[in-house]
Amino acid sequence: MGRRSFLGLGAALTGSLALGAQPATADPAQESPPADAPWSQSIGPGVVDRPYGRPADTEASVIRRNVPWLTAGTESSVSFSPLQELQGIITPNGLFFERHHAGWPSIDPAQHKLMIHGLVERPLLLTMKDILRFPQTTRVHFIECPANGGMNWRAAQMNSLQFSHGMVSCAEWTGVRLSTLLEEVGIKKEAKWAMVEGADGAHMNRSLPLDKCLDDCLVVYAQNGEALRPEQGYPLRLVVPGWEGNVNIKWLRRIKLGEKPWHTREETSKYTDLMPDGTSRGFTWLMDAKSVVTFPCPEKPLDKPGLYEIRGLAWTGNGKVRRVDVSTDGGVNWQAARLHEPILSKALTKFTLPWRWDGQPALVASRVVDETGYVQPTIAQLRAQRGSNSIYHNNSIQTWQVKPDGSVFNVQLA
Amino acid sequence: MFSSRKIGLLLAASLAAACARASAAEPGHFGYGSVATPAQIAGWDIDARGEDGTGLPPGKGTVDRGADVYAEQCAACHGTFGEGESRFPKLVGGVGSLRDERPEPTVGSYWPFAPTLWDYINRAMPMPAPHTLSADDVYALTAYILSLNDLVPNEFVADRNSLPKVKMRNRDNFIWTDPRPDTAAAPCMNACVSAADVRIASTAEGRDLTPRTTGPLDTMQPK
Repeated sequence: MGRRSFLGLGAALTGSLALGAQPATADPAQESPPADAPWSQSIGPGVVDRPYGRPADTEASVIRRNVPWLTAGTESSVSFSPLQELQGIITPNGLFFERHHAGWPSIDPAQHKLMIHGLVERPLLLTMKDILRFPQTTRVHFIECPANGGMNWRAAQMNSLQFSHGMVSCAEWTGVRLSTLLEEVGIKKEAKWAMVEGADGAHMNRSLPLDKCLDDCLVVYAQNGEALRPEQGYPLRLVVPGWEGNVNIKWLRRIKLGEKPWHTREETSKYTDLMPDGTSRGFTWLMDAKSVVTFPCPEKPLDKPGLYEIRGLAWTGNGKVRRVDVSTDGGVNWQAARLHEPILSKALTKFTLPWRWDGQPALVASRVVDETGYVQPTIAQLRAQRGSNSIYHNNSIQTWQVKPDGSVFNVQLA
Repeated sequence: MFSSRKIGLLLAASLAAACARASAAEPGHFGYGSVATPAQIAGWDIDARGEDGTGLPPGKGTVDRGADVYAEQCAACHGTFGEGESRFPKLVGGVGSLRDERPEPTVGSYWPFAPTLWDYINRAMPMPAPHTLSADDVYALTAYILSLNDLVPNEFVADRNSLPKVKMRNRDNFIWTDPRPDTAAAPCMNACVSAADVRIASTAEGRDLTPRTTGPLDTMQPK
């Protein structure tokens, strides 16, 4: 934002505050806080009162949540990140969305091993100690379940940002490049694919093309600077930047190189996209570009007319976000939003746009363009190509309807 | 004195050594961990490939034996005849439904490869006690579920040779090369559509499907 528009925003904010000033009859208690609140007149708990630390008690609602009617139980299920409460591009570890296929295992890292075998020169068994010795790489990447938004394929169903978009999270990951491990075992020239497998009860596994493994995949043991959480694959997981969440195998225990893909249950029966003509697309790994306005949203309605900052997140499996446009009139007109640094490859990117809401009905939406020129589609464009039974990869533009009372609803436009 | 040939060999050897040091691409460069023994690999190597069954172990199982194992291990969740209890997956039915408004993808209607069924049961089922069934029982269950779907006759015996030959109904309906991007758009900025044409086609308002997002976790079930 330029200096002039910044000053403009300041002036507008002042105006807005003046407008919002209460008449003289207002409750005095609301005019200003007491000079000394109770918490200023006592001594608080000391250091190590909370040796690990936790959020303020008043933030107790900021938690991952599930949709109880969606799955048979919680062990093979999903929880959603509270995006409406998150202000940055990094998801706190306790709020990172979860997807398990057989619950999360409690693994003793002293006993956990990674086997790399198959079409390799020198099959290896690595302990966590061994893995920690390899040269480290740290990168920020999002992980998104391809079913994120799946409940809105047919129609607007979930009246919530958390439940419509909360299967995406973003963290700083630290570990070793998968290419380093594969070079260490020696790749036989016939090898074209890798089978990656978890140590959970489902031994969750997927096939990955070797090219992707050698390009940018990471075998990580740390998330946002600390050890992975058990729900995120402790002690070891794969990160496959920009590709659908389920290939980022958690509790990684085995990598096998082969000539052909395995066609596992999780890449045939599931995570394939059914088209209207009855055919299905398999190996649709890439997460296409997507964006969403995180304020306002159903959980965070508007208070009263005045100046607001529309806020949101954008990401793309293709690399970097190039541009985000925002519309408040249902896509008639768009304005380029401001992108906030850092703009990282295959990571959440924050955008904002000042908006003076006049109290009239509004339809707020965002549209991302990524560095390849790919433009986020409308749900109508997606349905024209894929119908509405493909479950996965709904990356369509999200429209929020703002009513005159400031309440916000999830809608889809014709 | 060294002959020129010997000097040449020495040079080549030291160059090779230098290359090995400079490149991480040489196997064993770091030397961490232990080389996995054939016995260790055999213990970990559980996968069977869907398309051709590579990796399927010795053993076999009949449809009849599968019915017994199924009743004991699977029916509580998947239903006596594979119809699915509660929200657990149906294993049977949906044949011909894939173009319908509400398709039913099951082993019979959707799965492309029979060995994948063996692999998945072996790696993940039964859910409360995975990896507790013998290879024979997994073969038997595979045979039984295939027979429930009329994919094999009742006398079918599942083994490493027979499973890859089972012709699954949906085998040829998968496209394994991603055709995306399949939407192309120029990012229009002004007067992109007529304001009069902007119409809400669906709304989540009043649908009563969304759990609460404040307070304790919701336990809602749809009406």
